[in-house]
Order: sequence, then C-alpha cells, then structure tokens
Amino acid sequence: MHEFLVFTISGLTTAGIYAISASGLTLTYVTTGVFNIAHGATGMLAAFTYWQLAVAWGWPVPLALLFCVLVAAPLFGLLLERVVMRRLAGAPESTRLVVTVAVLVVLVSAAQWLWDPSTFRRTQGLFAGRGFEAGGILVPYNDVVVLGVAAAVAGGLWLLLHVSRAGVAMRARVDDPSLAILNGARPATSARLAWMIGTSLAALAGILIAPKLTMSAIPLTLLIVNAYAAAVIGRLRSLPMTFAGALVVGLAADYAIGYVPKISYGQQYLRGVLPVIPVLVLLVALLVLRASRLRGKPALAIREITPTPTWAGTGVFAAAVAFGAVIAATTLAKADLYSSTALWGLAIVGLSMVPLVGYAGRISLCQLSFAGIGAAVVSHAGGGSNPAALLAAAAVAAIVGAVVSLPALRLSGIYLALLTGAFAVALDNWIFQLPAFTVLGDQFALFTNGTLSVERFAVGPLDTTSDRAFFLTGAALFLAAVAVVVAVRRGELGQRLIAVKESPAAAATLGMNVRLTTLAVFTLSAALAGLGGGVYASAVRSTTPDAFSFFTGLTLLLIVVVAGVSSIGSGLAAGLLLGTAAVGSATGDDSARVTATVVGLAALALAANPNGLIPSVLRPAYEPVRRSPAVLAGSVGAITALWVLTLVDAVAPNVLPLGVLLVAVAAPLVARPLAGRAAATAGTEPAGRDEGLSGPLEWLGFDAPVGRADLDAIDARLALDTARLDTGPHLASGKTVGEARVGAA
Amino acid sequence: MALLEIRDVTVRYGGHVALREVTLGVEAGRVTGLIGPNGAGKTTLFNVLTGLLTPGAGRVLLDGEDVTRLAPYRRARRGMARTFQILELFGQLTALENVALATRLRRRTAAGERPDPGALLERVGLSAFADRRADTLPTGLGRRLELARALAVRPRVLLLDEPASGQDPDETAAFADLLGELADEGLAILLVEHDMTLVMRVCAHLYVLDFGTLMAEGDPASVRADPRVREAYLGTSTGTDPGTGTAGAGTLAR
Ligand SMILES: Nc1ncnc2c1ncn2[C@@H]1O[C@H](COP(=O)(O)OP(=O)(O)OP(=O)(O)O)[C@@H](O)[C@H]1O
Ligand SMILES: [Mg+2]
Repeated sequence: MHEFLVFTISGLTTAGIYAISASGLTLTYVTTGVFNIAHGATGMLAAFTYWQLAVAWGWPVPLALLFCVLVAAPLFGLLLERVVMRRLAGAPESTRLVVTVAVLVVLVSAAQWLWDPSTFRRTQGLFAGRGFEAGGILVPYNDVVVLGVAAAVAGGLWLLLHVSRAGVAMRARVDDPSLAILNGARPATSARLAWMIGTSLAALAGILIAPKLTMSAIPLTLLIVNAYAAAVIGRLRSLPMTFAGALVVGLAADYAIGYVPKISYGQQYLRGVLPVIPVLVLLVALLVLRASRLRGKPALAIREITPTPTWAGTGVFAAAVAFGAVIAATTLAKADLYSSTALWGLAIVGLSMVPLVGYAGRISLCQLSFAGIGAAVVSHAGGGSNPAALLAAAAVAAIVGAVVSLPALRLSGIYLALLTGAFAVALDNWIFQLPAFTVLGDQFALFTNGTLSVERFAVGPLDTTSDRAFFLTGAALFLAAVAVVVAVRRGELGQRLIAVKESPAAAATLGMNVRLTTLAVFTLSAALAGLGGGVYASAVRSTTPDAFSFFTGLTLLLIVVVAGVSSIGSGLAAGLLLGTAAVGSATGDDSARVTATVVGLAALALAANPNGLIPSVLRPAYEPVRRSPAVLAGSVGAITALWVLTLVDAVAPNVLPLGVLLVAVAAPLVARPLAGRAAATAGTEPAGRDEGLSGPLEWLGFDAPVGRADLDAIDARLALDTARLDTGPHLASGKTVGEARVGAA
Repeated sequence: MALLEIRDVTVRYGGHVALREVTLGVEAGRVTGLIGPNGAGKTTLFNVLTGLLTPGAGRVLLDGEDVTRLAPYRRARRGMARTFQILELFGQLTALENVALATRLRRRTAAGERPDPGALLERVGLSAFADRRADTLPTGLGRRLELARALAVRPRVLLLDEPASGQDPDETAAFADLLGELADEGLAILLVEHDMTLVMRVCAHLYVLDFGTLMAEGDPASVRADPRVREAYLGTSTGTDPGTGTAGAGTLAR
C-alpha cells in the first residue's frame, strides 16, 4: 500500500508533465492545423537551455526557469511561426508533418552541436529533492509544485479560451476542428499566440521531466510519444480529455516503472518495456476512436508537378544508374567501395517511401524500422548465402507493416503518422534490444548481443561475396525495386493511390475501398523497406540496431522528401547521402550530424516548394540534355573515355570524379540553348500560352509567390465563374468552405 | 416505390441544425430537383445520401434496403454515384484516367461490359481533353468530367450537385438534353441546381429545402406557384418569377 502510494504520487507528477506537454501540442494543432512532431524537441532544447543557465552558469533556479518558460520559449515559438509555420498554410498535410519533422531533426542536431553528447549532465528536481512527510510517505516539494503548475496550466488555458477575446477566436477552432484545419483563412494573431503558448508549454514540460531522465537529446525528444498518446485520447482537440489521457499515460508509466521489475518471469524481456507503455496506450486509444470522416480535396496553394513516370524515362534512369554503378565498382578504391555498398539498401528503403508518401500522401515514420526487421530476418534466415532470405525479409516486413497500419486505417493520415512514429520508438527502445527468445522451438535473437552478422548470398555462378560483385548486385536490386514502383504507378494501383491522396471522399463515392487501398500501399512499402534493410545488412555484413534508429529514419525521410518524394530518383539520393563515403570523407566523424543538420535545414524550405528538388530543379535542367542527342552522346562519350583512361591507369584516380562533375554541370548549360533553338524552329510551344503571367504557367509559384495579377490572368484564361469566386476573397478560401461541406475532418 | 429514399433525416453541426427531419424520394427514370437558397442543406443532404456524413437521426433507403450504416464505397457499389459542388477530381490524373479508374471501381455485381472511358468522355463532350491533366481543366469542363466519372460506375442513382455552374447557356442546354437522355435510360437523378431555367426544364418533380427543412414539394408548376417558395427565394412574394429564366443563378444565389 505504501509502495502503491509512492508510485501514485510520482505517476501523478509524470501525468502532470505529460498533460502540460500534450495540451500545448493540442492547442497548436487545433489553432493552426499543424501537428508539431517537434514539440518534444522544443522541450528538449528548453531543458538544455535551463541546464546551461541554472547548472553551468549558476543562475538562481526560479530565474532560470522563468526565463526559459516565459521569455526564451515564447520568443522561439514566435520565430518558429514567423520563419517556418506561417508558410505552411495551404500546404498538403504530409508536407506540414514533414516540415515539423525537419524542425525536430534540426533542433536535435543543434543541441548535439551545442552540448557535446559525450559529457554527462544532470538537472535536479526543484527544491533539490526535498519534501515533507505525510502519512509515512515522503512527498517531494517538486511533485507538489509540478501538480500545482499542471493545474494552473489547465486553469490558465480555460481562462484564455473562455474569457480572452483572442482565446475565444482560438476556441472557435477547437470546437470545430474540421473547419479549423481546413480553413484557409487563419487569423495570424491566434496562430502566433498558439505557437508562443504551445512552445512555452513544451519548454515547461521539457524542463520538469528532465530530472527523471538523463540529459540526452534524443530520449528527451522522444517523450513526444507520450504527449501524442495523451493528445490522441483527447481526439486531438479536447483539452480536458487530453488531461485525462495524460493521467492514464503518466500513471501507467510510473506503475510500470514500479511494478514491472517485480514480475518474476521473463525479466530480461520486460526490461525495455517502459517506452512501449505510451505506444500501447496510443494503440488502445486509436482502436476506440471513432472513424474519421473521409477528407475531400484539400485547398492547396501549390500544384503537384510530378508527371507519371514513363518506361522510356525509367529506361534512361536505369541506364544511367547502371553505367554509374559499373564505373564506381571498377574504379573506386577498395575501402571506398566497401563503405559505398550500403548505398543500395538505403536507396531501396528511400524508394519504399515513394508509393506511400509520394503517391498516396500518407506519412510513415517507421520505414527504417521495417528495414531493421528485414535485416534481422536476413541475418537469421540467410543460413549462409541463401538469396531467398531477401524475399523472406520483404515478406516479414510486409506482414508487420500490415498489422501495424491496421489500427490507423479508419482514421485520417495524421494518426497513421503518429502510430508509425510510436512503433519506431518502441522498436528502437525495446524490440531491437531484446535478448534471445525462442519461437516454436527455434532460438531467435533479433540483434544477437547488439550485433547482427549477415552473409552475402550466392546463387549458382553468381557469388556476391566480393564487394565489387555485391555493389553491382545491389544496383540491380535497386533497379528491380524501381521497376516495381514504376509499374505500380503506371498501373491501376498507382491511380488508386493518387485518387486516395487527391480526394478520398471522391474515391469512396465511386466505390473504392479507401482503407484497403491504404493497407495495400502500406504493406507494399513495408515490403520494399524490408528488402532494403536486407540488402543493407548484407552489404555491411555486421550491423547494430543504431543503424535503424528512429532518428536516422527521420533523416532518411527528409532526404527523400527534399529530393522529391514522388520521384524514383529520391530513393537514390537518400542512398547516396547516407550510404556512401562521400559525405563522411568530407566531414569526418560528425558526418551523421552534418547530414542531419543540412537535410533538416533544406527540408524547412519545403513549405515553399513541397514538390522537391528533382521535379522542380533537376529534371527541368536535364530535360534539354535528354532531348539533345548530340549533348547526350558527348557526355556519355567523355565519361566513358575518362573511365577507360582511369582503368588503364593513364590518368590519376581522382580525375574521373572531377570529370563526371564537370560533365554534369556543363551538359545542361550546353544543351539548353540548343534545345531552345530546336523548339523555336519547330514551333511546338503554343504561342502566348503564358501571356499575362509572371512566368511560365508550370512554374508559377516556384520562384516567386503567385501574385494577384497572375491569379486574375489565370481566372480570365480559364473563364472561371466569377459568381462563385465572389463568395470568397480568394479562390482558396472559396474552396475550403466547400471542402468542409464535403464533410471532411 | 422510390429507388432512393431518405426518412426523417436530421443533421446537426454543433448547435446548428443543417437538416431537420427531411424525408424525400428519388424515382427511377426521371429527374428530381432539389432547390433551396445557399446554406439550405442541399450538399449536406448529398453527403448523408452517399455516406460521407452519418445523420444524427433518420434512415437512408436504397431500393428498399436500409443503407444508413453502410460505408460510402459500399453504397457506391450498390449503384449510387455523385458529383461534387466543389470539384473533387483526381487532379494529377488525366481526364481519361479519371474516368478509366472509375470504370474499374464500379460495382462488382453489375452485368455486362466495362463502360468505355473514351465513349463516356465523348458523351459529355470532352474527347478533345482526354489527355489533359484534370487539374488544368476549367471549372465548367471539370464538372462535365465529374459527370462522366460518375457515369463510369454505371449508377442506378445519380446525384448531381450544381452541375451547370460554370457552363455557358449553350453548354447548359446540351447538358439538359443529356440529363433527359439519362433519365430515359432509367437512371434516377437527383439534381441540385441554382439555374432555375434548367431545373424547370428537366425536372419532373421538385423538392424545396430552406434552412434545413423541406418547405415544399410537387411538380415544377405548382412549386413555382407556391407563395412560400417565392418568399424564401426573394424575400417577398412579388418580384421575378423564378421560372421565367430572367431570374438566373445570380438571383437565386442571393
Ligand atoms: N462541416 C461543417 N461544419 C459546420 N457547419 C457546416 C458544415 N458544412 C456545412 N455547414 C453548414 O450547414 C448548412 C448547410 O450547408 P450546405 O453546404 O449543405 O448548404 P447548401 O444548400 O449546399 O448551400 P449552397 O447552395 O451554398 O451549396 C450551412 O449553414 C453551412 O454553413
Ligand atoms: Mg451546396
């Protein structure tokens, strides 16, 4: 009984902290329509800032606390709103989520730059752990204060939302989230206020929770999962229910801390179960949640420009990849070639996001976790070089993927993202760390002693044991995966996926089972990720769970999205950035951090251009090259010549990469004027098509925002019914109103 | 018996009652009109019929069977199709792909061949735009594409939400002929439209909705003569006759 009371008190404290965090999350979501995955990272940053002030610089505790929560955090929230979030109005939901993932990655990297992770730090609870006796129990003052603060936050939010004018405006959205989220016109003041308050609450929660954990960026950031669980219980809108949810998560977590070690059976399997508690709560909450209404077409500010891939274009891409792979395999130094074999597996994992995120518009935060499962399967089923292990990896990942996505299928895309994020964290912290266990009499250790070793496969005469052979095989496997994705996009499933992304409501009223289609694409992408994980593990031969961590997975997602998540080339980009020595040799030991920082910063720009670099920059630049046979032949010829010269040792090894780079830069520059002249003589371009516009029609909104004049010109061109436009000040807002009527939520 | 019926349907948005105990029926082989001022609840009614919205109370019957709890896609497979007031095209797909995809989604039990997407585009006069991306089509053409897409699922009941807005008078006339043809083929059509000329021309039966309540029903002539309808539309019982065509969409849209 005594023990129970102790756990209850500490559980209530934890619950209070989660409630503070979750209410901030819910408040920003309902007010601005942005679900801030970086909410936990903001709290982490605040905790570090607090440590810096109170511990390193010796500020008085109250001063440091108040400064962090009431000065630094609101200013940071304001900055976030001004620089990043404001531009997200009118962006697709997947972009909004990905941009907050980018904020998370940038904040974590920033914290790791500023506070060297290898130093041990600790903050103390308030009042240095002192407390008072009540009924034989020591009640820390800290816990009393935390509960008081949580109650004050609840009361403060109630006052804000019911009494103040700005708050009433915000509450209009809290009460009707379908209007809130879909409404294009968001008064800037409520949004700003919401970000300031939300960030303050994140900071407060981060500082209060820090003494319960070590001061380490990633665990503090991942506390967000607890806040998710609470917020989901509040159906992402009800603040009182969110507080109740926090109570459930907080108490469950602390009872687990207290009682799980007392279970006499299977202790070694349960040790890591704590991080899984919020995931379980989240799962239950998702299962009891009412099905979301089918969404109509979102009012997007930017049109997606990704064209359907053609087999001819895919052929060119495949030829280029194969050519590059052969050159790399024959010219790279032994060590470089070994460290680059990882490229193809990661490229396949990146590619796995294309059908799911790119075509179907659903976000998954656990693709790399599926890759980890694939790696484990290959390690165990490979049994010495059996290639069927790769298929098994894909199959097992597919099954796990299907099961994971099931609870979220009835719900809108955001819940799938949350569920996959929670799943990735659970795998990270628990499943991948499990010791050996026995399934059906088979001894099975996922990551045996923390390391997996994998043998490369051999089929008949094809032995992939050498790095060169495996590098080429990896390229072939990647191209096979590319063929699958292209075939999907060009076939009926691809059109279904586009339909699900564009308008689930319309798809359903035409007879499409949207849930089944989502399940299909999630399973497919999990299978591809599993295959990628298998290929990756075979490439590096020995791997640890770290390679498949949640955080690395987020970096991978960001690379793919920055490159252009509807383009197959984006997978390759992820492979090149994460799986080759190129980045590593340029930046040394910090390479992972440098990549994360750069990619995160690049992803913040997505708000302005959600299409990504490949479709909006690279493809237009290289299109003239493709259409100009002379330039194409010249480029290939020049590279081939350099390659041959390198092979016969006629030139130094580093001439080839420089030459390739030079050709890559020069070819579009040469081809563009040529292509321009050809077009002029052929007269293919319909004259006057872009008349009255500030740029070519396809490019409107890329280089500069679309102006009023452009809209007018387009309206005139399209002969839009002005009576309809009169119902709203802008095309976009007129559209949103209608969208709410479709019954979206 | 009506092919599609709703009985005593009530829908609330928070405190706002969008539909109050509405009962109506749509019969096969003719065009039924549903008119009412902006915000009367017409689109809400369509959402209830197609299952995008579950009503607080009341039932939806298709061919005598209760489909109130049926998911939208199941209703579609039983022969219901609709167009949207705010276009819900699959913008990244071409016009032809939009229709072709719909032909593959059509109800499984239907006998006969899959409709030819090209022929459907032809029927609504969009053959020339087959390869255009749907999000590059102007609104008027987009509406016709939505119609073709809805027809692609071979529906028994067709729900059209303001299909004529964005069309010019010639196009509207052609559209009226098409509606007549479709009704003659045995389709049950429910038409929401602000263009009274069109409504009076094609509808065999009319329902008038105002502030979520069914205010009047009957054949077009009697509805037109109903003083309460005039009042709801024009705020006064004198003024332009809603049926003469001089009061076009602008007047009715208030
Ligand atoms: N998602 C929603 N949330 C809250 N209120 C809504 C929602 N959708 C519609 N409404 C309200 O319900 C009422 C009926 O709307 P509905 O769109 O059905 O009208 P309508 O007859 O189709 O109008 P219009 O002729 O303008 O298309 C309106 O007052 C509208 O503001
Ligand atoms: Mg309407």
